[in-house]
Amino acid sequence: MIKLVGVEKTLGGQPVLCGVDLEIPQGKLTTIIGRSGEGKSVLLKHMIGLFKPDRGEVWVDGTEISRLKGTALNDARKRFAMLFQGAALFDSLTVFDNVAFPLREKLGLPESDVARRVGEKLDQVGLTGMGHKFPAELSGGMKKRAGLARALVMEPEILLIDEPTTGLDPLMAKTIHDLIVAMHKTFGFTAVMVSHEIPEIFAISDWVAMLKEGKIAAMAPSKEFQQTTDPAILEFISVGGTVALAHAVREG
Amino acid sequence: MVTAMITRLGRTTLFLLGEMGRMLLFLVATIAWFTRPPLRPLQILKQLHFIGFKSSFVVVLTAAFTGMVLGLQGYYSLRKFGAEAALGSAVALSMIRELGPVLAALMVTARAGSAMTAEIGIMRITEQIDALDTMAINPLQYLISPKLVAGLIGVPLLVAIFDVVGIYGGYLVGVELLGVNAGSYWSSIESAVEWKDVYGGILKSISFGLIVSWVCCYKGYYTRMSAEGLGTATTEAVVLTSVLILVWDYFLTSVLL
Ligand SMILES: Nc1ncnc2c1ncn2[C@@H]1O[C@H](COP(=O)(O)OP(=O)(O)OP(=O)(O)O)[C@@H](O)[C@H]1O
Ligand SMILES: [Mg+2]
Repeated sequence: MIKLVGVEKTLGGQPVLCGVDLEIPQGKLTTIIGRSGEGKSVLLKHMIGLFKPDRGEVWVDGTEISRLKGTALNDARKRFAMLFQGAALFDSLTVFDNVAFPLREKLGLPESDVARRVGEKLDQVGLTGMGHKFPAELSGGMKKRAGLARALVMEPEILLIDEPTTGLDPLMAKTIHDLIVAMHKTFGFTAVMVSHEIPEIFAISDWVAMLKEGKIAAMAPSKEFQQTTDPAILEFISVGGTVALAHAVREG
Repeated sequence: MVTAMITRLGRTTLFLLGEMGRMLLFLVATIAWFTRPPLRPLQILKQLHFIGFKSSFVVVLTAAFTGMVLGLQGYYSLRKFGAEAALGSAVALSMIRELGPVLAALMVTARAGSAMTAEIGIMRITEQIDALDTMAINPLQYLISPKLVAGLIGVPLLVAIFDVVGIYGGYLVGVELLGVNAGSYWSSIESAVEWKDVYGGILKSISFGLIVSWVCCYKGYYTRMSAEGLGTATTEAVVLTSVLILVWDYFLTSVLL
């Protein structure tokens, strides 16, 4: 379980997080929503110790990750995998080598196993036969999927994914959502996802939390979240709903 | 007015002290991570290829012309005393003691150092360094320490090449072109160059190698998150490395003499 207690963070003179209290349930898929620039990516990075809170604590299963340094922090991170918003692929390596990287460097698997697992993941994210390309030769959406493959290939205990479907067409977005759900079912990892895909996320997430003005404005199981009466939240989540409705109407 | 100036002076001094502290910590942490397993010989070889092999052409070129111009200048000065026979020792001593280490290190800074800063800086901006962190792979260990080691090994080797090519360049101009006696060119080198000179040159080149990869990696690692930040980092890396090389060179020379 990941727990944030009163996390405050100021970046570039601008308060971004102003007392975030959040508990991510073990083994569940939790989605964080919120407006652009609200601090969702910053929040995610606090969970893996890339940012240290100015005030407050970040706990991961009884260790305060916000206090760890050096090798201890390194060890704590072994249970995580993360997809960055910008994919953060190593641009000196091919797609295949990018996905293989954590397997080789972290697990030291033999090459035959590496090839099998990487090939499997690339198929799952729809990048079959793209392994030899370099990140610079990929489209934004393909980079995203390669990054997701790199995060999933580790079969981590905790998965942090920042906007896995941004920049993807609706069909591919659905494929990726299905993949995340299937992986989640199989491995039962704790997943935290940042996403703008309203209303799709309500169908796939166990919990939904909304970040607003540097605080968690609401957190509830996905079904209850949709029944909220808070006008501000309603406004935010219903815009997506309206678009979906319009689609449905147009398609008859 | 005066207080404002004093304030600014104080702030600059504090910033510089802080920067020096950070640089030192960066170096110590990198060395500490390097001593932990796993050792990545392949990464070190790759960096050696980049810093060493890929700089060899420009180093050979500069060395040849430096040696040749030394041959010309040396001949011109020495002839005034009728001491052309000592041309070999003049060329060799200036090469081995001074020009080899300094010029080779400056060329490596310009070619490989700036590229290192840019490479690491881009990795910082595009969160590739953070990605390494999230994979529980320490970036200082994986990314920086191989470059540091490659600098320590590569620059001395390049300096050795520089010295040899430079001395031969002096030979070409002095002996083949200006007619100094070949035997006296080589024998004056043999009698004038002592082991002490060679050791000094090696010591210089090792420390220059450290300075190049240390400063250039540091500047890249702490690049500010913008394209402008990357440009600034690269410029600062080259300027600071070059200045440090020259200052440290003076210091070492005065101690070694
Ligand atoms: N490394 C950084 N240095 C300085 N400021 C930062 C840094 N990272 C983020 N910020 C600032 O923090 C705020 C929140 O950024 P963040 O990337 O978390 O937003 P977000 O909610 O993920 O938005 P989006 O949905 O567009 O991805 C922004 O104002 C941003 O400028
Ligand atoms: Mg974001």
